[in-house]
Formats: sequence, C-alpha cells, structure tokens
Amino acid sequence: MPRIVVDVMPKPEILDPQGKAIAASLPRLGFTSFHAARQGKRFELSVDGEVTEEILEQARDAAATVLSNPVIEDVVAITVVDDAAAAE
Amino acid sequence: MPRTTEFPFLVDTTLPTYPDSGVRVGVVTFPGTLDDRDAARAARLAGADVVPLWHADADLQDVDAVIIPGGFSYGDYLRAGAIARFAPLMDKIIDAANSAAKLPVLGICNGFQILTESHLLPGSMIKNDHLHFICRDQQLRVQNTSTAFTGLYEQDQVITVPLKNQDGQYVADEHTLDELEAENRVVFRYEGFNPNGSRRDIAGITNAAGNVVGLMPHPEHAVELGFGPDHTGRDGLFFFTSVIKHVLEAAK
Amino acid sequence: MSAKQFNIDTVQHAAATPDEEQPWAELGLKQDEYQRIVDLLGRRPTAAELAMYSVMWSEHCSYKSSKIHLRQFGAKVDEVMKKDLMVGMGENAGVTDLGDGWAVTFKVESHNHPSFVEPYQGAATGIGGIVRDIISMGARPVAVMDPLRFGAIDHPDTARLVHGIVAGIGGYGNSLGLPNIGGETVFDPVYQANPLVNALAVGVLRHEDLRLANASGVGNRVVLFGARTGGDGIGGASVLASESFDDSKPSKRPAVQVGDPFAEKVLIECCLELFKGELVEGIQDLGAAGISCATSELASNGDGGMEVELTSVLLRDPTLTPGEILMSESQERMMAVVTPEKAEAFEAVMAKWGVEYSWLGTVTDTGRLVITWDGETIVDVDPRSVAHDGPTYDRPQARPERQDALVADTFRSSAAGASLPSSPDELRSALLELIAAPNLADTSWITSQYDRYVGGNTALAMPDDAGVVRVDEETGMGVGLATDANGRYAYLDPYAGAQLALAESYRNVTTTGAVPMAVTDCLNFGSPEDPEVMWQFVQAVEGLSDACLSLQVPVTGGNVSLYNQTGSTAIHPSPVVGVLGRFDDVSRRTPSGWREEHDGEAIYLLGTTRDELDGSEYANLRGHLGGVPPRVDLAAERLLGELLISGSRDGMFDAAHDLSEGGLAAALSEMVLRHGVGARINLSPLLARDDLDAFTALFSESQGRALVVLPRSEEERFVAMAGMRGYPTQRLGVVDAESGALEFQGLFSVPVTELREANTATLPKYFG
Repeated sequence: MPRIVVDVMPKPEILDPQGKAIAASLPRLGFTSFHAARQGKRFELSVDGEVTEEILEQARDAAATVLSNPVIEDVVAITVVDDAAAAE
Repeated sequence: MPRTTEFPFLVDTTLPTYPDSGVRVGVVTFPGTLDDRDAARAARLAGADVVPLWHADADLQDVDAVIIPGGFSYGDYLRAGAIARFAPLMDKIIDAANSAAKLPVLGICNGFQILTESHLLPGSMIKNDHLHFICRDQQLRVQNTSTAFTGLYEQDQVITVPLKNQDGQYVADEHTLDELEAENRVVFRYEGFNPNGSRRDIAGITNAAGNVVGLMPHPEHAVELGFGPDHTGRDGLFFFTSVIKHVLEAAK
Repeated sequence: MSAKQFNIDTVQHAAATPDEEQPWAELGLKQDEYQRIVDLLGRRPTAAELAMYSVMWSEHCSYKSSKIHLRQFGAKVDEVMKKDLMVGMGENAGVTDLGDGWAVTFKVESHNHPSFVEPYQGAATGIGGIVRDIISMGARPVAVMDPLRFGAIDHPDTARLVHGIVAGIGGYGNSLGLPNIGGETVFDPVYQANPLVNALAVGVLRHEDLRLANASGVGNRVVLFGARTGGDGIGGASVLASESFDDSKPSKRPAVQVGDPFAEKVLIECCLELFKGELVEGIQDLGAAGISCATSELASNGDGGMEVELTSVLLRDPTLTPGEILMSESQERMMAVVTPEKAEAFEAVMAKWGVEYSWLGTVTDTGRLVITWDGETIVDVDPRSVAHDGPTYDRPQARPERQDALVADTFRSSAAGASLPSSPDELRSALLELIAAPNLADTSWITSQYDRYVGGNTALAMPDDAGVVRVDEETGMGVGLATDANGRYAYLDPYAGAQLALAESYRNVTTTGAVPMAVTDCLNFGSPEDPEVMWQFVQAVEGLSDACLSLQVPVTGGNVSLYNQTGSTAIHPSPVVGVLGRFDDVSRRTPSGWREEHDGEAIYLLGTTRDELDGSEYANLRGHLGGVPPRVDLAAERLLGELLISGSRDGMFDAAHDLSEGGLAAALSEMVLRHGVGARINLSPLLARDDLDAFTALFSESQGRALVVLPRSEEERFVAMAGMRGYPTQRLGVVDAESGALEFQGLFSVPVTELREANTATLPKYFG
C-alpha cells in the first residue's frame, strides 16, 4: 500500500526556535559537527491502490493549502513510497 | 459591624457598560475551544446579548459582532487554527467581515491564529521563542483606537491583560510588517516585556477596514473584579463595551 | 474488528486443558494468587481471564496491601462528618454537598512511575486520568493542582524530570481548559529515582447530575466511547506500580500511555451533554486496567452481570490480542450504560462531537461477566471476584530499628546544630539563605507554564495559600483547596507526619477563609513488602484518620502509591493531603499578602512559638534530619481555623498567611514579596512571651500559627475575638510601604529587592 510523503520545513527566513534549541543542545550531547538545525514536519498520506497523477495533484494541493502555511512554511518534497516495492 | 470587603462580587458599575443594549455578539465554539464561556461572560457583562455559534453551522444568526475565542481548536494539531479556519461558519464570518456591512470580528489568541490562517489578517504565529507555555499579566500599549473594538481606549494607553499561550510569536515578512506600521494597523504592542519574540513587539493587529482585530492576550480574563490580573484588573472590559458602542453608533 | 486471527483460548478449552501452563508469574501474579483464581473459577483461567485478573489484582488496582488499613478512613467517621457527604470512598471520586443544589467532587491521584520513565506523557496522562475520574461522577472539571516531589535540585536528572513533567502537566491541563490553581514543589534527594507526580482535580455539579459507576437495568446497553484502543501501557498498571525500579531485573514492556488532551476536551463536552440530556444510566472512566476494570466494576456495582463481545472494540492497532485489548490503558476512553430507548440520542451526541463509540454488549442479571470473541466465550467470571474481592494482605510491619536513634538525634544536639546564627548579620544571612532554598524559593518558573485564568472563576491561586474557585456566579459561592505533605516530618514520625500534613492543608484553607469540608489523600510510600515501610504506612493511615476525626473532615476519596523505591531505599513516607473548603462568597477570600494601600496596618502572629527545629527547612539546609517533628495540636488548629474564617467573613483581615516550612522568617518574607511592600517587625515582645531567642523565633516550625494583617481600627475587636477563644495573639509590627524593606528592629533589615533576588533566582538557575 503506497504512501505519499510530504515534507514541510519552516521558510529559511523564519527563525525556527525549536531548531535553534536543538542546534544548541547537540554539542552538549557530544555531537559537535553540526552548526545548525531546523525542525520541520513529515506527513504520510495513505492511498488505496495506485498513486495516479490525479491523486498526486490532490496531494500537492493539500500540501500547499492545508498541510503547510505558505506564510511561514515551504513544501520541500512530495515523494511516493511504496512499501511493497521497498520490501523487495 | 463588618467592614465592606475590598472586592465586591458584582462588577463595579462605575465602569461604563451598556446593559440591555440589544447588541447581539456571537461567540464561536470549535471542538477544543476553551475560552468561549469567558468571552461570553465578558460580552454579557458589557451589556450584549450573547449568541453561541457552533462551528459546523453555516449560520451567523444575525449577530452584530463575532468573537472567535481562545483555546486549542482541534488540539492545535497540524498548526494552531489551521483546521478550524475551514469550518462552515468561518466561510460565513469571512464573507461578512469582507462585506459592505463590515461585521466586527475579534480573534483572541487561538482566534487570532484562526484569522491569520484564513487570511483575514496577515502574518502567522509560531512557537514562543523560549519554547514554553507562558501565562503572565502582560502590559500592552493601545496604538489604534479607531477599530471596532478599541474605541473606548485612549491612544497610547497602557493596559494589563493576561497572556497565556505556547505559540504566540507573531511573524510576517518585512514588507508586511512595514505595511502594518505604515497603515497604523498595529493595534497593540507588548509594553515593557516581549513575552514571545513577536516581531516589532506586535501583540495585536487589525485589517485595513478596522473591523477585524486579532490579538494574542486575553481581554476576557480582565473584566471582573477579583478575577482579573492581580485580582483587580478590568482593562479588558473596554474591548466588549467598545464594540457595543460601535454597533449602536453604526445603527444610527 | 480485529483483522488478525488468534489462537483463542476459550473457557471451554481452558476447562478441558487444566494442565496448560499459564504465564502468571510474568504477568505479576504470585503463586497463591494464581491458585486462588483457579479455585474461584473451578478451572484454570483462560489467557484473557488471566490478563484481567493480573491487572485488576495488581497493587495499583486492587490496593491489596493497603485495603485493610484504609478502612479506618471509613470507620472513623461520625454523624457530623457524614452530614454533607453525598458519595464517599469507593467511587471514582467523593462528592460533597455545597448547598443550593450544588455539589463538588475532588480527588488526588498519583502517576509516579510513568513520570520517571516518560516525564511529559507520564505527567500528562496523570492529569488526564484524574480529570476523567471527575467527569465520571457527572461533574464539569473546573481546576487542577499538582503536588510534585523531585530529587536534588542540582542533580542533572532532576532538570530532565522537571522540564518534562511541568510541560506535560501544562500541556495537558491547559489544553483541557482547566486552570491550575495550586500545588507544591519539593526537592529532596530521596525522590531522585522516584519522583512523585500527584495530580488533583476538582469538579462541580448540580445534585441531579450525579452519576455513579454502576450498570443496572437488565437489557441496558453497554457502550465504549472516546479514543480507539491501542497498545498503550499494556501491563502498565500491574507492571509499573507493582515493581520498583531495579536494574537487575529485565524490563517488562513499560509501554507508557500517550495522552491526547484534545480528545479529552471533546470527551468532557460530550459527557456533559450526555448528563444534561440524561442519556446515561451509569458511567465509568477507563484508567488503570482499561476495559478489564470498567466492565468488572460497572458489572459488580450494578445488577451483577454483563455480556460483552470484545471484537466490537474499535482498535487503533489491529494486532492486539484479546488479552491485550482487556489490559490496554489507551487514554481518553469512557464506558457507559444506556437504555435502549436513549441509544439514538446518545449516538447523536457522539456524532455532534465527532466521538467514536462502539456498543459492546448488555447488562444482565446472571451475576457473571461474560466476554466473547466472535461469539466464543473467553471470559466467564464473577465480576466481584475481579473488581472487589481481590487478594487482601495484612503485610508484616516493623518499627525500624533506627527509629529510636533517629528520634534521639535532635537538631540542637547534632554537630549541624552546634553553632546556630545569633548575631544580627548571621540571622540576616540565614534568612536570605532560607528563602533561596529550593523548597521555599519562588516557583514562577513552573507556575507560569500553567493557565490560571481559563474559566474566569479563579479567585485565588498560587502563591496564595489556597486555590479558590467560584462555583455559582450569582451568589459567589465557591471552594478553596490546598495540598500539603512533609516527608521529612513523616520520616521522623509517620503518625504525626500524616497529622501534620492534614493540619497544614486545613490551615491553608482556613487562612483564606474557607470552611473545611472534605479531605482527599495520596499516600506515597515505598515497598509494602518491606515491613518498615509497612509500619510507616499503617502509622500514617492511623494518624491521618484520627486527625480527620478530630478536625471533623472526612476523607472522601484518595489514592495509594506504593513501591516508590529503588533498591532498598524507600522515599520518605509522603502522605499528600488535600483539603477542600467552602466559601459563601469567594469575594471575601483573604489574600496572602498586603498591598501598598495597607501601609501602617498591624501585623499579628496567632499561636505559640516553641523550640521546634527538628525536621525543619533550616535543619535541611544544614543537612540534618533527626529528632521529633513539631507538636501536633489539632484542637488548636481547629480554633485557629475558626478565628481565620470568622475574621475573613467579617472582612477584618486585609491579608493572612499561615506558617509552615521555614517558620516565621519564611512567612513574613513571603508576605512582603507578595506585592513587594515592606514591613517593620519588632520581635522582642514575642521573644519575651514565648521565652525564645531570635533564631528560634524566626526558624522554628511550630504548628497552629498564622499571620494576619488588619487596620488599626480593627485591632481591639480582633484581640478581643481571639481572647474570647483563648487563642494567643502577638502584635509583631506594621506594614511599611515607605521602607522598601523587611526590617526586624534592633536586628537587621533586608531591602525588598534583595529579598526578591534571593527568592526568585533559584529555580531559573537550575532550569533555565
């Protein structure tokens, strides 16, 4: 059963307080290689059957109007994941 | 002979209210709304007839003004206000706000978030910069007394209103912020202390017509002696009396 | 409907295979308990029955180690105490009559172990659970409180717990629209690996809304509604509470429950509509032991029987076995009994709020709880045997051998108490050190994360002495609540310590002017399998029940949390006691600090101060715990309470604050800091009257004391009022708005700014 994965990230110009806090704590925990971090959201939309272009278009629409707030967020990726295919 | 107490239960009648005004104020409830009863009480104390409005009903029931109260509509899941803004009632509110009638709409906290998500107001709210929920008695400076909800305040008056939220940091791009400033659409600014990192210390804004106002702090929690900030504050009552006055004057 | 096919262990199959091995030990049952189940059923239990018994007979659910002792709360009750009691112990929460058709229900519960494992969710679901108990009585929840106990403030793990637990309580409580009106925060190394997260909820209802958890009316339908059932906390109740944390044993799937406050908020509104429409005959919330508990309790409290088809349960996780479904602790679920005629109306309310539900079965009069899976019987038990007739232990008790030496080791005789501050400079330093101590420091870092305003009925909240909530907007009638406990006192003397907890809570409530009416308790102790801990427990229960009788306030409900220990070190006995009082009109409540406009008003100390430093906060600063706790005098507490209530009703006091941890030094500092207005104090008359030195006067923790502030015009009347009751009063000084300082004449003075700096710096220093 396929899923459409939508990745949403805060716009680059938006200060991301959660990302900032994470970036500050990583070195304290021994991870010193990362100078920045940003926190986004990942949505998984399950589809019954095949993912047609029409269904993909619906996903893009949903991503732009509901799953993200265009004022502060960008949809950075929309990918189809097919568990059956992945399992092979 | 017992002394009279300092905080009598009844609202001190020396604050101007409009009992029996006949003005109908709708208060919206979504699943997860928390401060609707408080908003209703505030409107009632000010003298309005309160009309409860259910999110799923596409019927404004002829109200003269609408309050979208605070809370966690739909749990703030996805984003605060993101789901609520698609409610059938919201379509009606948006139409009425944009219509010639210019329905007065007040969005408080989650209500403000719903107004930005539905684009009645610009910008958006993100998590408080310190990442915690914060509840404090917040000082605000009133900078626009021409809106439907601020007519009874003085220009630059400093008021104290409870603030309580997790996602109250107001952000918008520079262009939008400049526009808001230039058009005097910043209605309230945080005074003395910015509790969440909001850009330009913005606590509340209005649309171009001045009928839609959104703010993060909660005026409905500062209307009754004994129950407001420091148990004495009632600065919030004027939101509700202002809109009653506004409606009464518009009717003339 | 489950998609998976299971190897179903039916009753028929169980009867036919008596020798089939059962994993009773892994599920936390003891050999004799298992045998008892076999004897009760007349055969081996099925897998599903075993699951039910294992969770329902766990310590957390069955109270097997504490039951026989808790009976004292019900036994030591006289007619006066029963007068306003509408529902006593044994139901989800006790209910007290407030008059005018109003009633109040409240209870405190623990969620200790889960909060150590997953602080945010543990604390969040703790709030969720207690709130559901309140709803299930037919009440609208109106406020919460959180008594919290953490390890040492500077221990790295403490910050982890504080951040998560406070965020969880706030995250869940705020989202429900419940103001947090009070609580406590205690830091002590004994709680390091065993933090105590107790949650109190209070609700109000009209008499006609009262609902009980019983399933009556043969043919009535049983419905499960709210969240779907998943694998949350499977074995959580029987595992986490009954097993103390021990690294050497393998962990038993500590699946912590995850809460959804939005779902619970919707559930609250939905239930209130059900009650208003009189659509349910009985209702039960699902907490520990989920469906096992709800079905067996509803059935055993009602007509005695119930039939349930378990495949009807709506699942979030279709792989759950029947036993797992029965044990699941998925949150935000309720079970109700509905007459067939009202089923449609019930469904309409569900549809309005978007709440899922499933009709599970019917009420019968067979006296059996029968659960089927696709029609095959997998459970056939007497519900009473599951819910009420679980094992009862009379565990051995033994007064610890160390107790005599502990009692003899008084603070003054110890090395720590050898050199005590005496010079003015030393006393000044000691006061500043005291108010900066973790247990006395300002807790705004925590409390500002809680919404105190929602509902618009909060008349008083922390840092004032009690949380006060208005119930009736017409008359102003309302309630005041406080919770208290002192583990240090209880360690020195569990009997007295429990009494002192009640005394302090009672005093906090009367200080604000409320008339105490009811008590709830959360008894947090170590392992009942340790005779010394058992001794502490029994002593505390005896002390508390005796004290309730003395003060004439009944326990209406409560909670026991055992096994709060890691290895062989138990926490201090920590009996948290909550008292609820009533106001005719909350606008009369007495605040805990004076304002600038009270400049010049008189400050009086009520009560007698003795040399009682053992177990005190000052001794704590010096690392000493020994001796005997302050003397308990319940008659005095009662008298003091009457005075405080009288004065409050009369409008005589402009402020009042009771004395407890930190004694007079802490109490005066707190009153000054409440609004930042100074005071001028002269201790000499007090020192002379009670034969004390300044140090003892400032830091002793004698009970039965309070500070009151009143206009000079009222002094004579006040002194006469106290005199009539024979209660000692001592004028200490006056409010001094000009000085900007707390001044002890002839000794030292501390500017308000310095006082505030010391008091408010502590928590932010450790928690950010």
